[in-house]
Amino acid sequence: MITNKKPRSSDTDSIYMRDDRTEMSEDDDRSPSPNSITDDSSQTRTYTTGSGPGPGPGSSSVLEYLPPCPDQVLENVLENVLWFLTSRKDRNAASLVCRSWYRVEALTRSDLFIGNCYAVSPKRATSRFTRIRSVTLKGRPRFADFNLMPPNWGAHLAPWVSAMALTYPWLEKVHLKRMSVTDDDLALLAESFSGFKELVLVCCDGFGTSGLAIVASRCRQLKVLDLIESEVSDDDVDWISYFPDTGTCLESLIFDCVECPIDFDALERLVANSPSLKKLRLNRHVSMGQLHRLMVQAPRLTHLGTGSFSPSEDVAQGEQGPDYVSAFAACKSIVCLSGFREIIPDYLPAINPVCANLTSLNFSYANVSAEHLKPIISNCHKLQIFWVLDSICDEGLQAVAATCKELRELRVFPFEAREDIEGPVSEVGLQAVSEGCRKLQSILYFCQRMTNAAVVAMSKNCPDLVVFRLCIMGRHRPDHVTGEPMDEGFGAIVMNCKKLTRLAVSGLLTDRAFAYIGKYGKIVRTLSVAFAGDSDMGLKYVLEGCPRLQKLEIRDSPFGDAALLSGLHHYYNMRFLWMSACNLSNQGCQQIAQALPRLVVEVIKHEDNLDMDENVDTLYMYRSLEGPRDDVPRFVSIL
Amino acid sequence: MERSMAYESDLNLKATELRLGLPGSDEPEKPSTTPSVRSNKRASPEISEESRSKGSSCVSSKVESGERDSAPPAKEQVVGWPPIRSYRKNCLRAKKNDQVDGAGMYVKVSVDGAPYLRKIDLQVYKNYPELLETLENMFKLTIGEYSEKEGYNGSDFAPTYEDKDGDWMLVGDVPWDMFISSCKRLRIMKGSEARGLSC
Repeated sequence: MITNKKPRSSDTDSIYMRDDRTEMSEDDDRSPSPNSITDDSSQTRTYTTGSGPGPGPGSSSVLEYLPPCPDQVLENVLENVLWFLTSRKDRNAASLVCRSWYRVEALTRSDLFIGNCYAVSPKRATSRFTRIRSVTLKGRPRFADFNLMPPNWGAHLAPWVSAMALTYPWLEKVHLKRMSVTDDDLALLAESFSGFKELVLVCCDGFGTSGLAIVASRCRQLKVLDLIESEVSDDDVDWISYFPDTGTCLESLIFDCVECPIDFDALERLVANSPSLKKLRLNRHVSMGQLHRLMVQAPRLTHLGTGSFSPSEDVAQGEQGPDYVSAFAACKSIVCLSGFREIIPDYLPAINPVCANLTSLNFSYANVSAEHLKPIISNCHKLQIFWVLDSICDEGLQAVAATCKELRELRVFPFEAREDIEGPVSEVGLQAVSEGCRKLQSILYFCQRMTNAAVVAMSKNCPDLVVFRLCIMGRHRPDHVTGEPMDEGFGAIVMNCKKLTRLAVSGLLTDRAFAYIGKYGKIVRTLSVAFAGDSDMGLKYVLEGCPRLQKLEIRDSPFGDAALLSGLHHYYNMRFLWMSACNLSNQGCQQIAQALPRLVVEVIKHEDNLDMDENVDTLYMYRSLEGPRDDVPRFVSIL
Repeated sequence: MERSMAYESDLNLKATELRLGLPGSDEPEKPSTTPSVRSNKRASPEISEESRSKGSSCVSSKVESGERDSAPPAKEQVVGWPPIRSYRKNCLRAKKNDQVDGAGMYVKVSVDGAPYLRKIDLQVYKNYPELLETLENMFKLTIGEYSEKEGYNGSDFAPTYEDKDGDWMLVGDVPWDMFISSCKRLRIMKGSEARGLSC
């Protein structure tokens, strides 16, 4: 396939290319929402330049009307055709045909997707694409979520917002993941884009309630404000009350991750004033009684995050509470439920009226036992997405397997994220799910113990698997029945699951597991490795065998410079490579940096160890058109 | 071994110390979680289950080699493992603190027949009579007199609690300090059911 070629302009397209067609890519950890608002693929514009078929003479035109010459005619036809091209892959291909197509494609693109904010500069992106309505930006690498990277590494929104404020006055949507966003950035955003409609912040930080207040008050066209797993600082500002009193066009308001208390009266007024509201996810400061009042105001909700799901402390004993069951029964459109942050399990049956219609249920913050789960889950026949804590035990998973035949995505999170405990879920639960949920496409499973047999069973029972992430929390733990490494299990997954594009491995793994991945994982795009492998061969198998590999993150594995060098032919095709606590040296990394000038090779030192010794703590490297970034903190050196 | 210092703190010698005092008469130790900076040169698989040659990735060798103390020490956690976001960890940690972990704090109280549970802070009370009086007032019921031989015979209700091992015990059998350090939740049973307990 592609060998050591030097990047041409076509490589810029790979930077704008998205790997897949799902919104935010498959490593998006946001709470499930089947009808996602980030349906970028359906973005089209009927904007014309005045010389082609379109909405008639009334359409606004930026260009002066000139009599067309033959080339111009072709270009205009092309432009009108290309408006309908929505897939990013197709657009990137189209832009390579010739200069004319390149130019026209750039004019007709309305959604800009940047998978790594440092791969291209704001200036370059905004110069090429001038009519963007929607921007998606991703910043930090995923392992930064687990404290493997010191804070203040980068991924600042500021330069992007400044550039876009100048070039995209009609910007409507901004979706960010793992970016550092300040209140000033939010203020600039709110002021610069009068038609701004949609703000989605996933795993972001750096801003607070004062920034939110500015967005709430200035963005009069705001339809979507989604804060998902982001850190929001408490500036003592009652941001909810900054939404206009006269009414909003809000369709989605998600703030379950916001830890600050909110003014409930302001929220109630907001919900009453937002007739289009379909998605509402409350934070844990909203009690059940308050939830009830909101549900009564908004019975047409489709997505509901229930807040704490427990009564507030001052409920008197014996007092008859509100009729929660009726409230849920009245909300006939609910398909997605989440929240339950401080659940009192005795209240769980209140959700029964909506269970039959649920396609997505998130119990991952609810310490619910199998006994509590079973009567609920037995009604959820349409469930496709289920996130849950391992408190439901293998027994709970068996109940899920028995009922949820339509299940596509399952995530089982640990209630206690430690290594030295017994653990309530095991291979028994995994086996049951594999037998009951044959349509499974995506699984994330945390457990303390596992067997190869169960993993093999899943590889055979669930041929549609696209994402397989198994986290055996005890490091280097073998199959607990046979004592063997987990090589055969993961080998079966890559062998049998022909659609697999994302894989995360764990447990005791030898180089053999990586040989399997290299041999069979031909369409794997994302691979996550931790505490695995014996030698350089492991990494070599993967780098030489997986042509579609885009994102590779490795920690605490014995791969050294020789292994790193074996991937030289492939690194320009990847979005990034992360290796921390492996056997890399500065010398090896230097070799890479010299061989591949368009690669940015960052060596990140832990803050308490800033001496330049030979060992590399963390290597993070990515292709870029811009060379070393100019906002490098002192603990990062770029080779 | 060079990591004898770390080893000692992992052993949690206090838990296995021979003393004349009853359990619960000391403040429970807080587990120390020193985040490890990095783990280099990982040991080969055969010895990976045992102690590492370089201690910086702080694995409690004692636990890995199969020995178990009666009070297993808090194993030092490796940074970023398991891979759970800190937001989620913090939310769930708050929940775990609700469950009494030996440090006598808020426990749930259920009463047979009542529609929902209550929560009380055990540390507020100094002895059994105070606790029982509060329970009687909170739920408007009579618990009556405790006797070692008969339990709460003759009462409409009997207070029971779930201890650290998951067993349901009659309230009042053990000294107060031992009780609050081992009580995880309370359940006030109907007298008729409780009669089985005291014989």
